[in-house]
Amino acid sequence: MSTSVGLVFFIGAIGLCVIGIAGIVLSRHLFRMVLALAIAEAGANLLLILAGYRWDAVAPIFTGTAGGQAMVDPVPQAMVLTAIVIGVGVQALALSLVIRIKERYGTLDMQEARQCMQDDLDDAGGVTPSRSRERPAGERPIPAPTVLNSTGGQHD
Amino acid sequence: MRNLATLLFLGGLVFLLAAITGTLPFGHPPMLVGQAIQQAAKPEVGAANVVTAVVLGYRGLDTLGELAILFAAATAGGLVLGGVQAKGRNNALPAAGFVQRAGTDVLFPLLLIAGLYVVIHGHLTPGGGFQGGVILAAAFFLPLLARPSESLSHIWLSVIEGLAGTAFIALGLGALYNGDAFLTPLFDKGMFGELVSSGSLPLLYLAVGLKVGAELSSLLMRLAHDDGAAS
Amino acid sequence: MMGVAIIVVALTLGAALAVLLLENLLAAIAAASAVSLGVAVMFVLLQAPDVAMTEAVVGAGLSGLILALALRRLGLARLDVPTSGENTDA
Repeated sequence: MSTSVGLVFFIGAIGLCVIGIAGIVLSRHLFRMVLALAIAEAGANLLLILAGYRWDAVAPIFTGTAGGQAMVDPVPQAMVLTAIVIGVGVQALALSLVIRIKERYGTLDMQEARQCMQDDLDDAGGVTPSRSRERPAGERPIPAPTVLNSTGGQHD
Repeated sequence: MRNLATLLFLGGLVFLLAAITGTLPFGHPPMLVGQAIQQAAKPEVGAANVVTAVVLGYRGLDTLGELAILFAAATAGGLVLGGVQAKGRNNALPAAGFVQRAGTDVLFPLLLIAGLYVVIHGHLTPGGGFQGGVILAAAFFLPLLARPSESLSHIWLSVIEGLAGTAFIALGLGALYNGDAFLTPLFDKGMFGELVSSGSLPLLYLAVGLKVGAELSSLLMRLAHDDGAAS
Repeated sequence: MMGVAIIVVALTLGAALAVLLLENLLAAIAAASAVSLGVAVMFVLLQAPDVAMTEAVVGAGLSGLILALALRRLGLARLDVPTSGENTDA
């Protein structure tokens, strides 16, 4: 029974990582991609802490009680402290970019934003555009012309 | 077809992660470095919180790198947002009601005390500069939500952030003056468990806390306001 | 600890799925904060109080605040579920 607790935590950490990465890959909305990035980071930090856990050990703080008790590994905890703060910095920068994309292109759908960016790149590079910019000229198929009467009026 | 490829990708990812974590000896980590640090933290650094001793003492360079990354992210975010004009219907924050104003007036000193307590006691209890810095940023951002017309000066926040970062690096360089490596804790170890103990660790965390607090306050204000006042 | 661990892990995974499946983006931000809170509780169970405090403050507090402010600035913060199809995504 003692190994099952580890299994539960590992399922949680791997599940969070997979849900996060699936969200990043499968999302079409850019904001949801940032949310999935936050989930994936939480899962990765959980995996790091799980690597330092020790059975029947206490937190790595010297309390007033007699020392000599086993402690969990403090080094992964220091690393994860750094990783969490870096994660929030990355999220802040990603959100700034999302706001800028919305202001510039007006859409947050990934396909449309990518097409607009490609058009901008083509314009800047002087390359012929990869797709036509013009709107369709009218409804297709072209409707049949109305028949004119011999007196000049229009009857159909 | 896309769904099938997606399922295969996710299945492969789960298999990869499970294979990697299956080889980990859960519950019995090797702890080659951790054991040595645990035995050496009390005599050498004198901090009750071993994680603080690792973050500021044994891995101080990582903390300096983290501060640099936070600074780069906040500055880049501010730069990206700074040129955005206030388009749209009304982007200004709505006026807050009486409950929010009165509640903020009560909460602001409490949050200030809580944040400074967490920052100062980082070497004795769980806490430290980053946690306390975020609490301080929240404390300074709440009045902006309550009274949107008043805002903190971006210039003062940048000055505080710069001075705090410089203080951190200066404390690290002071160790070079003593002949030790960069960012070795200065001053005497002091008595174990006291507030004034473990050398320059509380001062380092104070610098980190002020820097993180000022940085995040500036970023939050820039996200909330968009009056184009870049500084 | 086994029972508490199972409940917390199940709630966290449920909230993570809710982030991807909810249509209203404000509710998705609340679910992301719930994920961070669940991970913070797991950190406490794993005897890491320093990391738990950092994750709770940063993940559930600051990250949620930054996401909500950005959502308001994008103009997508609505309290009702949108009926039109402009928010359809995977």
